[in-house]
Amino acid sequence: MSFMKTGLAAAAAFAFATSAQAVDLEVTHWWTSGGEAAAVAEFAKAFNEGTDHNWVDGAIAGGGGTARPVMISRITGGDPMGATQFNHGRQAEELVEAGLMLDLTELAEAEGWKDIVHPSALLDSCTLDGRIYCVPVNIHSWQWIWLSHEAFEKAGTAVPTNWDEFVAAAPKVREAGMVPLAMGNQAWQSAGAFGVMTVAIAGVDAWSAVTIDKNADVAAGPEFAKVFQAAADARALREGSNVQDWNQATNMVITGQAGGQIMGDWAQGEFQVAGQVAGEDYTCLPGLGVNEIISTGGDAFYFPKNEDPAVEAAQLELASLMLSKEVQVNFNLKKGSLPVRGDVDLTAANDCMKKGLAILADGNILPDGNQTLSPDTQGQIEDLMTEFWADNAITAEDAQARYAAIIADAD
Amino acid sequence: MAHAQRPSQLFRNLSAKIAAIPMIFTALVVFVGGTLWTITYSFTGSKLLPKKIFEWFDLFSIPVPSWIAKDGALDFSIPVGFVEKSFVGLKQYDRLWGENRWLISIENLFIYGICSLIFSLLIGFILAALLDQKIRFENTFRTILLYPFALSFIVTGLVWQWLLNPEFGVQSVIRDLGWSGFTFDPLYNAEIVIFGILFAGLWQGTGFIMCLMLAGLRGIDEDIWKAARVDGIPMWKTYIFIVIPMMRPVFITTLVIIAAGIVKVYDLVVAQTSGGPGIASEVPAKYVYDKMFQAQNLGQGFAASTMMLLSVMIVLIPWAYLEFGGKKKNG
Repeated sequence: MSFMKTGLAAAAAFAFATSAQAVDLEVTHWWTSGGEAAAVAEFAKAFNEGTDHNWVDGAIAGGGGTARPVMISRITGGDPMGATQFNHGRQAEELVEAGLMLDLTELAEAEGWKDIVHPSALLDSCTLDGRIYCVPVNIHSWQWIWLSHEAFEKAGTAVPTNWDEFVAAAPKVREAGMVPLAMGNQAWQSAGAFGVMTVAIAGVDAWSAVTIDKNADVAAGPEFAKVFQAAADARALREGSNVQDWNQATNMVITGQAGGQIMGDWAQGEFQVAGQVAGEDYTCLPGLGVNEIISTGGDAFYFPKNEDPAVEAAQLELASLMLSKEVQVNFNLKKGSLPVRGDVDLTAANDCMKKGLAILADGNILPDGNQTLSPDTQGQIEDLMTEFWADNAITAEDAQARYAAIIADAD
Repeated sequence: MAHAQRPSQLFRNLSAKIAAIPMIFTALVVFVGGTLWTITYSFTGSKLLPKKIFEWFDLFSIPVPSWIAKDGALDFSIPVGFVEKSFVGLKQYDRLWGENRWLISIENLFIYGICSLIFSLLIGFILAALLDQKIRFENTFRTILLYPFALSFIVTGLVWQWLLNPEFGVQSVIRDLGWSGFTFDPLYNAEIVIFGILFAGLWQGTGFIMCLMLAGLRGIDEDIWKAARVDGIPMWKTYIFIVIPMMRPVFITTLVIIAAGIVKVYDLVVAQTSGGPGIASEVPAKYVYDKMFQAQNLGQGFAASTMMLLSVMIVLIPWAYLEFGGKKKNG
C-alpha cells in the first residue's frame, strides 16, 4: 500500500532523552498525503496528551517502497527509531527473527489483545513462535472497484453491479470517448488489480491454494486461466489511461473521464475530498460485486529494541495507546480504513466503509498478499504484471506459465 | 632511521607513504574488501539480512589459565569444522539469467552504452573543435553548453520527461502549429524508449566531454597548426591525422569517465520512466537496487551487481593490459 505522494518529510530530530521520565519517541512512517497525515496526527495527539512523552514525527515521503529501505537500514545499522510502520505481514519478518524488535507479548497478554483484535489473523501476522512483535492499527482491503456514475450516464448505460456487467458496458464507454478502466502505470497497482480479479474470478479456494499453499499446479490450472484471460481483456479496457499515480487514476473516475478503477479502499479518501457522495456520484463494489469478500491487509507498528529502559517503557505505552478504543476510532475515521477491533462505534463512517464493516462482521475475509507472500515473490509478480499489462504481445497463456513458475519457486 | 647506509626502498619518501595510508586503507577495505564480500554473499540465499555461508563450530575450547584472565572469560576456542548455513551455489545466477527483466536490462545497457559512447565523443569533439576556432563570446557558449552538467540526473530526467510527454511536450507544440498528425512519444513506445533516455543523457553529458576535449585541443602546440598550414594540409585532415592522435591521453580519460557513467546509469531512468513502459527501459543498476532493498532479496541483488562488475572487468582488463602492459616493455 505504497502511497506515492509528494510531501515534506518532517525533519527527523531524534534525541533520545535519557533523563527521568519524558522520552522523545521518534516514530517513522510513510503517511504523507493529506488524509494520511491527519490520521497520524491523531496518534501524535493522543500520545502527547495521554502520556508524559513526546511524539517526534519521522515521516518519510515517497511511499512504502522508498521508506522501508530507509527504516530497515536504520534498524540494522544500530540507529533504531522508537517505533516504525510496516504493512503487517512478512516485510519485517527477518528483522524480528534477528531479534531486533521489542517483544510485546507481556503487554498483549495483560491487555488481552487476543480477544479484542478482530479478525484474529491480524495478530497472527504479528506473531512469531508464539511471541507478539507488532501492533496492528488498521485494516485496508484491496477488493474494490470504484465506478463513476457520470461516465456511465454519458455512455447511456446503467451503472454496473458486478464485473461482468462492467465488461459488457465497456464498449459503450469506449464509444462515448472515455477510458473504461483507469489504472496507474506503477507496478504495485497492476499487480494489486490482478490480485483482486483472482479472488473475484477464480474464487477463494483457488486463491488460497496459490497464495497461501503456493500450489503451482493450481496456478497453472483452468481457474487461473480464466483470470489471465480476464486480465488480458482488462488490459484492452485500460488502454488510454496514461497516468502514473493511483490518485491520478482515481481522479479520472471522479471527473468522469473513466468508467471505473480497481483500487483499495484508500481511494475513497479521494472521493471524499472531491465532495462526492457514495451511491449518488460514485459506486463502490466490494469483491468486484462477484465475491463479497475483503482482504485484511493494513498497517502495523513495530518497536525496534532500544537499550534505554525509559525508551522501552515509552514504547510499551505507545503500543497500548494505539489499540485503545478512542484512538482506533479517531485514527481510522481520518484514514478511511477499518478499525482492528470489532467493539468500537463507527456511526460516523460513510456508506462504503459501512459495507466493508458489514463484510468484516460476517467474517468474509482473506489474508492480504503481504501476509502470505515474501517481498521477493511479490516483487517477481509485480515485474511480471508490469510487463504483462504494458505489452499486448504477451498472451494470457505465456503470462500464466511464468506466474506458475514464480509460485513454484516461492518461499 | 635508515639514513646511515643506502636507504631501503621501503623508506623512500616515507612521509608521502604515511600520508597515503588512509587512502590505501580505504581502497583495500571499501573497494577490495567490499567487492569480495559482495561476491561471497552472492552465493547465499540471503534475503533481508546477509546470511553466512557456513558457521565455524568448536569441538573443544581450551580454558585460559586463571593468571591471564581472572574469570576464564577469555576461553580460547579453536574452530575445527564448519556447517553449511545458507550456501546455494549458482542458484542466484541461474535465476538472474532466467529473468526477462534482467535480460532486457542488459540489452538496454548495451544499446545505451554504445550510442552514448559514440555520440558523446563525436558531438563533444565537434563542439570543442568549433569553439576552438577563436570565435567571439567563446566563454558564453562554453557556459551554455556546460550548464546542463550542473544539473543532477534527476532534474534532467524530469525535464526531459515533460519535454517528451505527448500531451505537454514537443508533440503537442508541433501539433498546435498545425501538423495534427505529428507523433513523437519516445517515452511511451517500448521500442524506442531507451533512445529517449539516451537523448537526455547526451544533453546533460556532452557539454562536459566538450570541455575535456577543448582542454586537450588547447594543449596542442600552435606551431603544429602553423606547420600543417604551411604544408597545405586541409583542416579536417589536420584534425583527424595529427591532432586526434596527439590527444590520445585526453581521449582515454574521457572514455573512462563516459564508461563509468554508462554502467551506473540509474537516476535518469528512475526520473524519466521508472523503467516503463512495462519493463522496456529497465537497467541493471535499477535491478540491483530493487532486488536488494524493495524485494528484500540481497542474494539476488549481489549476484546482479557481481555480473555488473564482471562486465566492467571484461572491458577494463584488456584495456589496462594494453595501456600498462605495453609501457613496461618500452621502459
